[in-house]
Amino acid sequence: MRVRTTITLLMALLAVLPLPRADAVLTIEITEGVEGALPIAIVPFAWDRQGSPPQDIAKIVADDLERSGQFGPLARSNLVALPKSGAEVRYANWKTSGVDHLVIGRLRPMGPDAYVVQFQLFDVFREKQVVGYSFPATTAQLRQVAHSISDIIYEKITGTPGAFNTRIAYVSAITNANNEKRYVLQVSDADGHNAKTVLSSEHPLMSPSWSPDGTRLAYVSFEKRVPSIYVQIVKTAQREKISALSGINGAPKWSPDGTRLALTLSHEGSPDIYVLNIKTRRLQRITRSRAIDTEPAWIPDGRALLFTSDRSGSPQLYEQPLNGGRARRLTFEGKYNASATVSADGTRVAMVHGEQGRYRIAVLDRETGALRVVTDGSLDESPSFAPNGSMIIYATHGSGRGVLGAVSVDGRMKQRFTLAEGDVREPAWSPFSR
Amino acid sequence: MKNMLWLALAALLTVTVGCGQQGVRDDASLPPPPMDDSSVISTPDDGTGDTSGQQMVETPEPAFDPECPPPCEFRRDAINDPSSALAEKIIYFDFDQSTIRDQYVDLIAAHGRYLATYGEVKVRLEGHADERGSREYNIALGEGRGLSVRRQLLLQGVDADQMEVISYGEELPAALGQSEEAWQQNRRVEIVYQ
Repeated sequence: MRVRTTITLLMALLAVLPLPRADAVLTIEITEGVEGALPIAIVPFAWDRQGSPPQDIAKIVADDLERSGQFGPLARSNLVALPKSGAEVRYANWKTSGVDHLVIGRLRPMGPDAYVVQFQLFDVFREKQVVGYSFPATTAQLRQVAHSISDIIYEKITGTPGAFNTRIAYVSAITNANNEKRYVLQVSDADGHNAKTVLSSEHPLMSPSWSPDGTRLAYVSFEKRVPSIYVQIVKTAQREKISALSGINGAPKWSPDGTRLALTLSHEGSPDIYVLNIKTRRLQRITRSRAIDTEPAWIPDGRALLFTSDRSGSPQLYEQPLNGGRARRLTFEGKYNASATVSADGTRVAMVHGEQGRYRIAVLDRETGALRVVTDGSLDESPSFAPNGSMIIYATHGSGRGVLGAVSVDGRMKQRFTLAEGDVREPAWSPFSR
Repeated sequence: MKNMLWLALAALLTVTVGCGQQGVRDDASLPPPPMDDSSVISTPDDGTGDTSGQQMVETPEPAFDPECPPPCEFRRDAINDPSSALAEKIIYFDFDQSTIRDQYVDLIAAHGRYLATYGEVKVRLEGHADERGSREYNIALGEGRGLSVRRQLLLQGVDADQMEVISYGEELPAALGQSEEAWQQNRRVEIVYQ
């Protein structure tokens, strides 16, 4: 009997393993570009040693800026010169190339596994340097440094902080040759590189949500056959069960101050929205309807929650102040509006918008009430804003399986993220901090 | 309950007599037959010919079969019988709806009568949705469908403790593909006997 218990325990452990590693790559392709993106020249970073440099920093930066939809980096073959320092820059050359800005840099080895990355951004028309920095880095940190350079360039030119040094969590369902399915929760860099498995299970995983400091993920796991909500530290894979009441334990969303989780529970009857204090485990009920209330989303000031409810007969979005009062309906266009998410500045709400049998991502301007459909799939879902509010990542279908798409909030720029294997869904863009 | 007791007793008898045949003293551990139980009407025939101590049982009354108590609409194993009305265990739903279609009322009622007859049998009502719309809303929708079936079963006298509703939303589709045909297959509640 003791032996059997041990085996059962072992099997339970094997069924759900929080894994720190297992690399994979999300490939990103730009499916719809923007006319009138800002022209910029990014010169390959100087490297004085033999052989090729450990990272092509300039390429990472150019790809970042291009993916933002705001920049049109010049193709390398069209670069008129390859200046290695500020002294070598001839502004006239770059004016004739039609670029507004020029980036140059240098990668310098400083010892075993130690480098210094220098870069300079120039305004071609004002003929002066806009900004220049140097960063120390190990080989493993070079991609991160490149993303930081992209962030600085993006912010200096657009006035908005860049979100290149962020991450994306998503769920992937992988079916093996024996037709057995595994569900994996993964985290990759925002450019799809460096994907790591955070949790692997033979039962569905759902609804990953980042803590505001970017160190933890809350998610729903069916590993015990019934749904439970867990909170896991991304770095250490340490985790804790947070909610396992009877019925639905779903849709966890971290409060902006990081102390509470909004979630959906149905143990008192129909699905309603609750707020759970993570430390004290005190549970506060927020909605009390007999209809479906689910998918809470915090307003950035933490004073109200948006949620999906079918109390009017079909799913629509509502806003509920946390200090009481009546819920206010937010959406009136279309028969199906669900899965709200609010931009960090609180001005926009992205949602799944269903109309005439098509489910696409739409953005609501909270001030004007204007609704704009920004994607063109038919089964688009799970929108999540980049922390700087510039892009929305979402789940869509591509060649018969789930892939991720990203779209600029104005709908003009579109990309597709494809994982080498598996059905990818439920992306969640991390906050800024690491 | 009495039937169960007798079944257990019968099993014990068989085992003990079986041991006896291997050289252990006969009838040493045979418990006396339940004298005060008028519902006990059959005795196990273990083939040893030893019927001593079992003569007290009077002439059998009409047989009570624990595998099919009167009115014996469903045998206990009917849920595994492909020709039974209970062979069908999936209830399908309209898009974004959890109301039971008329065509499934009789089917659910039949499962309800079966479960009311065999009060120790438990079921899981697994609710599902098609892939359209958002995932957590579909979890709620699947639960609503499971609860609709549960309500109908309660009306048939099924005990609440016999049923567990669990929703998988759109996570475990029965059919793949983006067509109304596949979606219809996925908007369902599966009655899963434990």
